[in-house]
Amino acid sequence: MSFVEYGDTIKDGDTAIVFLGHESMFPVKVQHGTVTQTKYGVIRHSTDLIGKKYGSKVTCSKGGWVFILHPTPELWTMNLPHRTQILYSTDISIITMMLELKPGSIVCESGTGSGSLSHALIRTVAPTGHLYTVEFHQQRAEKAREEFREHGVEHLVTVTNQDVCKNGFGVSNIADAVFLDIPSPWEAIGHAKSALKPEGGRICSFSPCIEQVQRTCLAMEEFGFTEINTLEILLRVYNVRTISLQIPDLGEAAEDNSSTGFDGSNPSNQGSPCANLQQGTVQFKSGVPLREMVGHTGYLTFATKS
Amino acid sequence: RKIIFEKQWFYLDNAIGHTYGTTFEVTSGGNLQPKQEVEETTTETKEAGTDNRNIVDDGKSQKLTHDDIKALKDKGIKGQEIVQQLIENSTTFRDKTEFAQDKYIKKKKKKYEAVITIVKPSTRILSTMYYAREPGKINHLRYDTLAQMLTLGNIRAGNKMIVMETCAGLVLGAVMERMGGYGSIIQMYPGGGPVRAATSCFGFPKLFFNNLHEFPLSKVDSLLSGTFSTETLPSEPEDNALLEEESNGLTDEKQTSLQEAEEESATEAAMEISQTEEQETMDINAEDVQIKENKEKENKENVREKQRKQWERRKKLIETAALLREKNADGLIVASKFHPTPLLLSLLEFVAPSRPFVVYCQYKEPLLECYTKLRERGGVINLKLSETWLRNYQVLPDRSHPKLTMSGGGGYLLSGTTVVLDKGKSDSSSLEALKMEEPSSKRCKVQDLHC
Repeated sequence: MSFVEYGDTIKDGDTAIVFLGHESMFPVKVQHGTVTQTKYGVIRHSTDLIGKKYGSKVTCSKGGWVFILHPTPELWTMNLPHRTQILYSTDISIITMMLELKPGSIVCESGTGSGSLSHALIRTVAPTGHLYTVEFHQQRAEKAREEFREHGVEHLVTVTNQDVCKNGFGVSNIADAVFLDIPSPWEAIGHAKSALKPEGGRICSFSPCIEQVQRTCLAMEEFGFTEINTLEILLRVYNVRTISLQIPDLGEAAEDNSSTGFDGSNPSNQGSPCANLQQGTVQFKSGVPLREMVGHTGYLTFATKS
Repeated sequence: RKIIFEKQWFYLDNAIGHTYGTTFEVTSGGNLQPKQEVEETTTETKEAGTDNRNIVDDGKSQKLTHDDIKALKDKGIKGQEIVQQLIENSTTFRDKTEFAQDKYIKKKKKKYEAVITIVKPSTRILSTMYYAREPGKINHLRYDTLAQMLTLGNIRAGNKMIVMETCAGLVLGAVMERMGGYGSIIQMYPGGGPVRAATSCFGFPKLFFNNLHEFPLSKVDSLLSGTFSTETLPSEPEDNALLEEESNGLTDEKQTSLQEAEEESATEAAMEISQTEEQETMDINAEDVQIKENKEKENKENVREKQRKQWERRKKLIETAALLREKNADGLIVASKFHPTPLLLSLLEFVAPSRPFVVYCQYKEPLLECYTKLRERGGVINLKLSETWLRNYQVLPDRSHPKLTMSGGGGYLLSGTTVVLDKGKSDSSSLEALKMEEPSSKRCKVQDLHC
C-alpha cells in the first residue's frame, strides 16, 4: 500500500479504510496482533486483514461484514483525524486542475493543517514532483510529518515549521504552483511570487470571506499577477429514490379519464415507472437533493505569474 | 499560415521565440509585440460625477460619427488613441461616476485595442475553451465537472486506466496529463477509431503515446464471453467500420488529429484503387498499358502497405485485449454520448476491486437507472450521484459581486468504488439476496436507503 501506488493485498503497517455501510467508514492502521472493534463485531488484523485482497468482504465476529478499501486521498479526506478545518474533494479537484498540476510539478502549500489537500497534491505530482508545505503550528507540522511517513510519501514532501507570512516557503524560484489557505493570504503574496519559477506559474488562495478575497486580489495585482479570477464551487449530491405519488380521486366521472390519461403519459416518464393504477399511485425514480447541503466553503482566487 | 481569431486575422511567425504568456497586438496582417504592461493612460482627467441624475440619453453624447471612427481606423491609428478620442468627444464622460468611466474605458478598449496572449495548452485552458466554444462536441462537460472526474477517479502516474469517451479526446488528454506518461491507458472506442482531436491540442511528447492503447467497443462482448479471437478479425469489417467512422465524422465534427489524417490517407488509397478500376473499363488503349502497369505496381505497394498496417493494428489489438483480460485495471472513466448503463455493466468487469470509477452524463435520468442496475449487480459500494455548481465573481474595490451570468448545467456524475463480487450473487436477483444475507441492523439501513 501507498498513497501513490496501488497494491493488491493488505500488508502489515498499511493504512486501510474500513467501509461499514452508507457513508460510514474509518481508517485503520493494520498491525499484527491488533484488533479493531466495529458495530458488527471484532476484526482481527492478523487473520482477517493481512494477506487479503483490497476490496474484499471481511466477516466480523458477530456475523456482520465490512469491506476493506485501498486508501486514496479522497477516502482519506473523508476519514482523516481533523486538527483544523479541512478542504474537501470538490474544492481540491478544481484547485488541482486550475493550478495545472501534474506529475513532476513543484508545489508550495501553506498551511498544512490536517493534510487533506497535501495528500491530494502529493498524489498528483508523484513520482517526480515535490510538495513544500509550511505550517506555523509546531504540533500540527510534527503530526503531518508522521502521517506522511506512515503513508509512504515522505520522499515527496517537505514540511517546514515557520510563519509563511514572515519567512515565506523556504524555497525560491522553483515552484510551478502555490496554494494559500491562511487567514491573511495578502501578506504572503510576495513570498509566493518569489517561490514561483522565474518563467512563471499559477497561484491559488482559499478564503471564506469576501473581504479577504478583496485584499488578496489587490495584493496580487500589486505584485504583477495576471488572469486574476475568483470562483466558488458547490457540490450537490442526490439520493436515488423510488417515489410513489397518489392519484387524486376526482369522483366517479374522472375515473375513466385518469386511467387513460396515465397510460398516455407513461412512456414520457423516465425509466420504466410502474403505475399501479388499482391502488391509484404512480411510481417513478428520482434524484432527490439532500435535505441540507454545503452552501459555502470558501472563495478560490486564481492568478498567473508570467 | 493565416489564422483567424475573433474577427482578426494574423500570422503566427512573429510569435516564435517568445515566452508563453506574452501579449501581442495585432496589426494589419502580422504580429507586433507590445510591452507586457501598458502604462495607465487617460487618467489626466480625474473629474467625475457622483450620480447619474443629470445624464440624459439623447443619443448625441458622442460627437464623433460612425464615419469619423471608421476613418480613424482606416488610417491605422493605434486603438489606444481611438479610445482616447472617443473619451474626449463624449460630452457625458466627465459627468459619469468614476466607476462608470472605468467601465466605459474598458468596453471601448475591448473593442479597439486588439491584443492576444499566447498561452501553453493545459487541461485548464482546453477544457474551458471547449466548454465555451464547442460544448456540443464534449457533451456539455463543464471544466469543473471534468476536474471532479479526475479527482474522484484517483487519476495519477502509474495507473492502468480504462477510458471510454466521445468528448473529442479531451477527457483522454486530461487523463494523460495527470498520468504524465507513467502507467497505461486503454481507450475504448465506438466505430472505426478513437477520436483524438482535442488530445492533439495538448502537444504531448511522443513518449506519452507509447502506453496508450485502444480497443473497439464492438469487441467487448466477445472478449468478455471468451469468444474473442484474433482470427476473427478479418480485414473487411475493419474497412467497413472505417468508412462508417468517416461518415460519422462528417456529421459529428471535422477532425484534425494525426489519427484522422492517417485514416484519411487510408481511404484515399482505397479511392485510388476504385478510380483505376474505372479507368480499366473505360479505355484500354495500348498507350495506357504502360501507365496502367505503373499504377498496378503502385496499387500493389499500396495493398502491401495496407496489409502491413492492418497487421500492425491487429498486433496492437491482441496486446490490448491481453491487457484487458487481466481484469486488473485501476479505474474506469466514462463520458460519452451513449447510454451509460450497458457501458458500465460491461466495462466494470475489467476493473480490479477497491478501485474508483466515474461516469459522466449530460442528463440525470440515465444515471438514476445506472445506479439502480449497479446496485442489482453488486460489486460496487459508495455510489454517489452528484453535480457541481460553479459561480464566478467580479472582485473590484467596492464592486464585488457574483458575475451576472453563470452556467446552467455542466452535467452529472455517478461515482463509486469496486469491491470483490460475490460468486453466485452476480447473476440472479442479487438485491434480494443481498438483503437476505445482511445482518438485521444493516438490512434496516439498506431499506432506509431505498424508501
